[in-house]
Amino acid sequence: MDALAPLIAAAMNAGTPLMLAALGLLINEKSGVINLGSEGMMLVAAALGFALTVQTGSTAVGFAGGAVVGALMAGLFAWLVVWLGANQIACGLALSLFGVGLSASIGLPYVGATIQASTWSVPVLSGIPFVGPALFQHHPMVYGALGLSVLLSLFLYRTRAGLVLRAVGESPESAHALGYPVRRIRLAALLFGGACCGLAGAFMSLVYTPMWVENMVAGRGWIALALTPFATWRPLRVLIGAYLFGGITILTYHMQALGVPIASQLLSMLPYLATILVLVLISRNVDWIRINMPASLGRVFNPNS
Amino acid sequence: MLELVPRAQPSRRMAWVSPLLALALTALCGVFMFLAVGKSPLQGLAVFFIEPLSSLRGWSEIGVKVAPLLLCSVGLALCFRANIFNIGAEGQLVLGAITAGAFILQFDDGSGSGGGPLMITLALLAGALGGAFWAALVAWLRDRYHANEILVSLMLVYVAQLLLSYLVHGVMRDPDGFGFPQSRLFDQGFLLPVWPGTRLHLGIVLALLAALFAWLLLSRLFAGYRLTVGGLAPLAARYAGFSSRRALWGCMLGSGALAGVAGACEIMGPIGQVTPSVSPGYGFAAIIVAFVGRLHPIGVIFASFIMALFYIGGELSQTRLGMPNAITGIFQGILLFSLLACDVLIHQRLRWRR
Repeated sequence: MDALAPLIAAAMNAGTPLMLAALGLLINEKSGVINLGSEGMMLVAAALGFALTVQTGSTAVGFAGGAVVGALMAGLFAWLVVWLGANQIACGLALSLFGVGLSASIGLPYVGATIQASTWSVPVLSGIPFVGPALFQHHPMVYGALGLSVLLSLFLYRTRAGLVLRAVGESPESAHALGYPVRRIRLAALLFGGACCGLAGAFMSLVYTPMWVENMVAGRGWIALALTPFATWRPLRVLIGAYLFGGITILTYHMQALGVPIASQLLSMLPYLATILVLVLISRNVDWIRINMPASLGRVFNPNS
Repeated sequence: MLELVPRAQPSRRMAWVSPLLALALTALCGVFMFLAVGKSPLQGLAVFFIEPLSSLRGWSEIGVKVAPLLLCSVGLALCFRANIFNIGAEGQLVLGAITAGAFILQFDDGSGSGGGPLMITLALLAGALGGAFWAALVAWLRDRYHANEILVSLMLVYVAQLLLSYLVHGVMRDPDGFGFPQSRLFDQGFLLPVWPGTRLHLGIVLALLAALFAWLLLSRLFAGYRLTVGGLAPLAARYAGFSSRRALWGCMLGSGALAGVAGACEIMGPIGQVTPSVSPGYGFAAIIVAFVGRLHPIGVIFASFIMALFYIGGELSQTRLGMPNAITGIFQGILLFSLLACDVLIHQRLRWRR
């Protein structure tokens, strides 16, 4: 039983970057824009966040830098996609490919560098046997991600601004006719999504590993993209999906440690195969996706035409 | 203030000018990048863009890189035209390398007398089948379960790379290789013929043939017409009775097979054995090539030449200027960005408004 506590803790840790990124992407997609650049933004934020933390010794600076660079990259994407009306799929891919190269150059001097691992824990609660080590000895960002999913759920379904955002995603023409600045709202959503992906990337290199290795995000940006339809674009379901995938990742490590006679490479395939399986299961019913998906997802909106 | 005004007709001239403009913008970004790291921009650009072209060796090395890039991007151009976003060419390439490698290791007894043209042809076919199989998984899941082909093909890239790593650490490993994770070197009879004195191999001929065939398909054959209509106007295509499922399967199998051949050519050409990393991301760079080449089979020939130049230029600036090798990836990304931004001018024009 006590062996289970570190497993739960590790699953939460592994699920957090997925959750942060998927929540950001969810807000993007609620506004009607799909950003395939998540992998690139996460990578650059991971490299830059790690570099800043090594330089300053402060993880807070690292996280802030990651969020800012993520938002900057999303801003470039927004300019191309929302203002110039360029192809969203192609621009997102460009952002991801660009991010792979940029992060490798930023991170190069920091390969092999080390930073202080986080030792923060929730006061009092972390002392409880079993529950403490499992749930209450995490980096604050883990709870930040949890709180974010609740906040976004309230924002989307309980506030006027959330309603406007959803309206822009469902029908930009109607939102425009009502006088809402569709393009600026989409820009704001994209900047927020970029910052979230940035935090997710910084979490990878500052807390989860903690170090910089080239291409260390290893497809988590893409898995996060698959989590939004999995969660039918609901923040609280993103939470479940992210922890589920975190659990799968940790299970593969754990099976290796237990000496299960399966090669490590085959075990490492599990999260990717699970993503495909999830995609197949949720996409099987076309109507279900169509009902839940923001109606204008992927479409260009030009207020002048 | 500058503003964008829609054009009545898409500009044909801009469609040609835009890639050149993008290339110029990329070079301009390169100047700033070299300045930022304290290198002379003129020297940097000369090393990156000119030096590879100043020797026969440079040209032949570019040809070595053009082969996989062109093979992958011709298939991708067809896919993207039909609005099928297969972005897993890298995985299909890796699987082609695996199947071709398995075939060769099966029939190469190490005696030095095996192989020959028939065996090489069969090994290339094995590569094509491997790549096509990997792409068929994507097509099947999309066709049968409507699973998004972007994410599925991408996930399969990671699976293919892990599978390759598993095999070269296991059954494919050279028993006399001191435990290094790589297969033994293939016999001469299993290697693609090369241009004497260089590493330029038969793959480039196959790639050019593929581009030529794709051009014929699109411009002369009805199947290519159906494919283009399906991409541009799905509803019209359906009304005309053009099957979107056939386009999906045809494009995926075709592009998968081409990427598989690219993988086979890599291990039977410049590498000469199966190693854990058979490609420095050719499959991903091919996405950029396809767009820069206007999704046109002849355009991608030029685009893959430019992209190959970036690879060689990146290698040179690593050895000459001490720049990180990842500079190639940055240049590739900037090129695609600039192109996408410049392409806006095809359908719109700039107007000055006070």
